[in-house]
Amino acid sequence: MPAYVVPAAHDLFRLHTSLRAVIAVFALMLSGAAAAHAQAPAPLRVCADPNNLPFSNERQEGFENKIAEVLAAELGTSVEYTWWAQRRGFIRNTLGEQRCDVLMGVPADLEMVLTTQPYYRSTYVFVTRADRGLDIQSLDDARLRTLHVGVQLIGDDGTNTPPAHALSRRGIVRNVAGYMVYGDYAQPDPPARIIEAVARSDIDVALAWGPMAAFFAARQPVAMRVVPIPAEPAEARLPLSFDIAIGVRKGEVERRDALDALLVRRRSHIEAILDQYRVPLAAAAAREGDPPAAPAGAGKADGGDGDAAGKGT
Amino acid sequence: MAGFFGMAGCTGPEEERRAVAQVRPAQTQAPPPVPNQPPHEEDGQWTMPAKNHASTRFSGLTEINVDNARTMRLAWTFSTGVLRGHEAAPIIVGSTMYIVTPYPNILYALDLKETGAPVKWKYEPKPAAAAQGVACCDVVNRGGVHDEGRFYFNTLDGHAVAVDAETGAEVWKVKLGEINKGETITMAPLVVNGKVLVGNSGGEMGVRGWLTALRVEDGSTAWKAYSTGPDSDCLIGPEFKPFYEQDRGRDLGVSSWPPEAWKTGGGTVWGWISYDPESNLIFYGTANPGPWNPDQRPGDNKWTCGIFARDADTGQARWFYQFSPHDLYDWDGVNEQILTELEIGGQRRKVLIRPERNGYVYVMDRASGEVLSARPFVHNTTTRGVDLKTGKLIHVEEKSTGSGKLIRDICPAAPGAKDWNPSAFSPRTGLLYIPHNNLCMDFEGYETSYIAGTPFVGANVKMYAGPGGHRGLLTAWDPIEGKEVWKIEEDLPVWSGALVTAGDVVFYGTMDGWFKAIDARTGAALWRFKTGSGIVGQPVTYRGPDGKQYVAVLSGVGGWAGAVVAGDLDRRDGSAALGFVNAMRDLPDKTTKGGMLYVFALP
Repeated sequence: MPAYVVPAAHDLFRLHTSLRAVIAVFALMLSGAAAAHAQAPAPLRVCADPNNLPFSNERQEGFENKIAEVLAAELGTSVEYTWWAQRRGFIRNTLGEQRCDVLMGVPADLEMVLTTQPYYRSTYVFVTRADRGLDIQSLDDARLRTLHVGVQLIGDDGTNTPPAHALSRRGIVRNVAGYMVYGDYAQPDPPARIIEAVARSDIDVALAWGPMAAFFAARQPVAMRVVPIPAEPAEARLPLSFDIAIGVRKGEVERRDALDALLVRRRSHIEAILDQYRVPLAAAAAREGDPPAAPAGAGKADGGDGDAAGKGT
Repeated sequence: MAGFFGMAGCTGPEEERRAVAQVRPAQTQAPPPVPNQPPHEEDGQWTMPAKNHASTRFSGLTEINVDNARTMRLAWTFSTGVLRGHEAAPIIVGSTMYIVTPYPNILYALDLKETGAPVKWKYEPKPAAAAQGVACCDVVNRGGVHDEGRFYFNTLDGHAVAVDAETGAEVWKVKLGEINKGETITMAPLVVNGKVLVGNSGGEMGVRGWLTALRVEDGSTAWKAYSTGPDSDCLIGPEFKPFYEQDRGRDLGVSSWPPEAWKTGGGTVWGWISYDPESNLIFYGTANPGPWNPDQRPGDNKWTCGIFARDADTGQARWFYQFSPHDLYDWDGVNEQILTELEIGGQRRKVLIRPERNGYVYVMDRASGEVLSARPFVHNTTTRGVDLKTGKLIHVEEKSTGSGKLIRDICPAAPGAKDWNPSAFSPRTGLLYIPHNNLCMDFEGYETSYIAGTPFVGANVKMYAGPGGHRGLLTAWDPIEGKEVWKIEEDLPVWSGALVTAGDVVFYGTMDGWFKAIDARTGAALWRFKTGSGIVGQPVTYRGPDGKQYVAVLSGVGGWAGAVVAGDLDRRDGSAALGFVNAMRDLPDKTTKGGMLYVFALP
């Protein structure tokens, strides 16, 4: 059961404390001093899902847990969690209720929060069993009309995952099975069911969000293939890649700026963690008004390619 | 800006007169035809959500009437201690009043024999806290029902509970829904022939809708009817004789969907149930299909967004009618159905009246499911009417939503011309009093959201006031003529239920906290009282142990429309609460949270 943290009475005090800590770190760097005798900085208060690998879990095994630790260490403090299922109302009940101050991973254009600069960009991917040799590279691959396709689903009212919209835009409907992102929360890592369905051959190909897909693909008993889904044409206005940033409450510019500084300073460390978790990375975001950029075909995107095949764990 | 009744502080007589002047009187002075009703014996109680199985929300009490309502005074109050949206109807049996709060779903019994109605006992079901994160639109509860010494209600975390009405002792408690799969329960149950009828909520989460009948003795399941899937799951058998051709055929709950999609197809049952003892049929509505965007679920998506008539004892379906096949706009078909008899075309018909989200008041033959009339009661840009031969809704193609389309001026908006909040029907005036919305919306394309680590895109929905600029209405509707007799324009959506009495007084509340008494025949304002918070509850009336008539209502803003206040949503984010916040940005300036019961009487 998640432990709910009582919100701080004076959140601004904490903010200032964090800022002081950042300034102190910089001062230490410049002066080369060995130790600071300043008051211990307040913990980094993170809102996170206790059951949502590879992002976070209560045992702090997710990559967002690891990155939070890196940032907290840089501040000379520790991470304090408020655990809350990441469902509708998550932001309202955590950040909104001042129970915690930081969301480690949110889309950089999420309207509900103030975001840092993005620290990674990922993409939706095709997931298949390596032994099927399907090698699907495009949403326009004719085989998507006949194969048993699985896609992540969410919400209502015309709301859904981008690949679900992309399939219906092409009239690919009757051979498609939906897998709820919400899933059954009584089970571990509920969104992982769609990847397990590929491994079991319940479906031939899954269209799923890269970080989750690559992580669980590597944990199936058979070798899997993870391929980024190329961008949709501009007129579809449908992004398949998203910049991911850290989110704070709207208006908390100082906190956001302090986090931005930390992200710059620990960039290489953060990239190493993303690499370790095989997060498929996409090329940087296009300028506003441009169509979403195609995921990089080389370099980091390979982290999500066939290379991510499970080794029979 | 018309009909701005609810301006805080404007209580002077001049304001009252101005407000009255804004009421649109009936075109003709002749009273509407009075339908021939079965004799009504008034026991002064309010034992079930809609007062009676016919769901009229009509009380035969006359002590408070058109002539004296203006002298009504506050009699007593009671704070529930809960801050979310209070949508329940108080239930009054003998000398006890029962109140069910939003989550954490506390049941209070208040002793009406004592001055000030102190708490007799309270029962706390302690629902799982995680259920709050699952509920779609505030953590509301629509109340309970009394039957033969027991009080029955449901909890947000998917349980049905039976409590001894005298002592508050729990008799049984059964788990019906699985919150881990997104299933919650918010509806008020109804008891029919020794069975408690309960349905689920959570269509947005991929939940499959159902209505179940529990035996009053022990809460065990007598039958369970799903809203999607094979006929055997939907309790569709040889007795099923729908009026229209499109509803006939085998396993339409499967074949009107892409393969397997019915398994997560929605059609939840979170609204109202009516019962006709003569035919032994129950009538209830099913919510919208989910969770696919419309393009991804071609077909009529049966049996969502429609109404089922079922045998009350076996659950076997008798007929079905679909108000909004292949729903595009989130028009849950869960509204109330009023059972009465009307003279239509020179014939006396046993009818069911349904003011529906899609903007039409349907009058249906309740034995056969035939639509006798379907007349628009709001500004409507999405459909052109209902073909009475085929029973089909006629869509305006250019207003069809779909992936990535930009569509403006969709009226009515997602909450519909009227949401869950129930209307009242007076057999004396022959009029239906409909509390409802005047809202339109734009689908402006994609906006990013994020759940469980997965980015997704939603229609960027923005709701706003429809023509006239007012967001709510109380409409007095003549179901025989299929036209409005008078209406009161309200600034905010009217999210409370309505009540009408044999004193010819209509009661309803506004989201900025005004509780109002209206002349049922003319629409003239008789009286009003400013409660502490916005009203989204259901007013009731009863005769107290002292013989006096009282009127009671829960104040406490919330629900989908009030989420900007009850849920502390960020009013800068217009798309919050599925786009409702855009239409309700000013609500935090007009009301604050707080659950409180108000009880009124003559001096």
